[in-house]
Amino acid sequence: MSRLKNKLTPYLLVLPGGVWLLVFFAVPMVAMLSLSLQEGDIVHGYVFTGHWQTYTEAISAYDTQIIRSLIYGAIATIVLIVLAFPVAYWIAFYGGRRKPTYLFLVLLPFFVSFVLRTISWRQILTDEGPLLNPLREAGLIGQSFHILGTPFAVIAGLVYNFLPFMVLPIYVALERIDPRVVEAARDLYANPATTFRKVIFPLALPGVFAGVLMTFVPASSDFVNSEVLGSSETTMIGQVIQAQFLENSDYPTASALSFVLMLVLLIGVFTYARILGTEDVMKVAAR
Amino acid sequence: MTAPTLDRPPSAEVEAAARIKPRRRITGAGLLHAWTWLIIGWLVLPIAVMILFGFNDTPGRYNQTWVGFTVKWYGRLFEYPDLTSALITSIVIAIVASLLSGALGTGIGYALGRYRFRGSGSLNLIMFATMSSPELIMGASLLSLFVSAGAGLGPVTITIAHVMFSISFVAVVVRARVMTLDRSIEEAAADLGASPWTTFWKVTFPIILPAVFSGVLLAFALSIDDFIVTAFTAGTTKTFPLWIWGATRVGIPPQVNVMGTLIFAVGVFFALAAGIRSSSKGKRD
Repeated sequence: MSRLKNKLTPYLLVLPGGVWLLVFFAVPMVAMLSLSLQEGDIVHGYVFTGHWQTYTEAISAYDTQIIRSLIYGAIATIVLIVLAFPVAYWIAFYGGRRKPTYLFLVLLPFFVSFVLRTISWRQILTDEGPLLNPLREAGLIGQSFHILGTPFAVIAGLVYNFLPFMVLPIYVALERIDPRVVEAARDLYANPATTFRKVIFPLALPGVFAGVLMTFVPASSDFVNSEVLGSSETTMIGQVIQAQFLENSDYPTASALSFVLMLVLLIGVFTYARILGTEDVMKVAAR
Repeated sequence: MTAPTLDRPPSAEVEAAARIKPRRRITGAGLLHAWTWLIIGWLVLPIAVMILFGFNDTPGRYNQTWVGFTVKWYGRLFEYPDLTSALITSIVIAIVASLLSGALGTGIGYALGRYRFRGSGSLNLIMFATMSSPELIMGASLLSLFVSAGAGLGPVTITIAHVMFSISFVAVVVRARVMTLDRSIEEAAADLGASPWTTFWKVTFPIILPAVFSGVLLAFALSIDDFIVTAFTAGTTKTFPLWIWGATRVGIPPQVNVMGTLIFAVGVFFALAAGIRSSSKGKRD
């Protein structure tokens, strides 16, 4: 009896949370697929038709926004690697006893609401703002020079908001490197550049990949940065989905677009999980 | 096979190289150090602007340009009743969601850290999926579910969504602690005649409690700040981030900056307190 109870214990512990995840994470995906195959409108109600043409129509209507989102996400991710790697490197190898302090400073933005800090950027970057106004009065930039509303502003906002998600996983990977491995490389006459290229960087790669996953996915599906910092020329697919769901109540189109985006991103996520495992990403979360 | 350079007398060239090398490495590290501070400065800049504009003596709802210093908005913090109630809604949802996901996530985390059982692999994969899925998709699919089921949107659906995306974070934090647990302490308790139930509550639970606590805090932080999933599951309910979003078109009053500043201060205080507690504990060990 006691043995049986012991065997059942893990299942009993997992059951409530597991059911919650199943019902509110997995089942909704099915509901979304079903919604994308329905036709109708908010007044007359929706009927399941099983027609896939919503997909072809939605994709051809919003292909620019889909592609633009993936491009913005990719650019932001590349910029993030370039910006974050030196930070993670310095904290991991030279942070010493101050490591926790530096990590805390990197995480500081998370103590301010995502929406609020993006709005704060708009306040900084606006034409009459503290950045452009002095430059314009000094004659360094022309009257027609704007930052707000440009792709630059949107991508900069994405980079800003997801920077900690790139620093942390790279830091975790670098932190794991045994200093003796680096010493061994030096003993074998590798110069610092070679040590970095042949030893440190390959060992940091899992962290870079985890960072890419944790930044590319939210960046390319974001709608806050492009809404607050962008213009009609920087509309991303997230804005379209949000508007179709919440403003136009065109559920079939919105679901179809969400499903397309989900396939693109989640196939990437699951390929990542199959090839690289889930540990690196989870470790960052557990910090 | 001895290295030929070793028996050669050190030439002036070699000596010069030896002298330069450490200095070059210091400048490299110095550059990295400066870069790190530059990035930290960039990260802090909008926070500083938010705090500063909470002290802006702006006449009304339009808080864009600096007018002068005042503390009056701290006194008139609750001037907008709908903003106040949005903040309260956010706090209530965050408390309920963090406690619920704390309980459910601790169960999963403890089971995964302690037992080997069938299905743990798929459970890990689902947790990973909820943590790395685009929030937009989670929000959109939850809305699809609630629309299909004819459920009314409001605080309940928001809480359901927040619990869903917080469970995995709690579970991962608790699992990490359970895995480093020294089993011999529990065995000692059993040897001293404690029942499994007593052992759990008197020995194991106090040890994993800090992890449960930080998991709950993390869930609270995730919930109170969430915008994307909340936007899809809120209906007409307004949380603090949703209220700010709605106000962007008509102008953000300075009270929002003040509330943001206060939430920031409370968050930093808790983080520092937790950090100081764990580091002083580390010293005692």
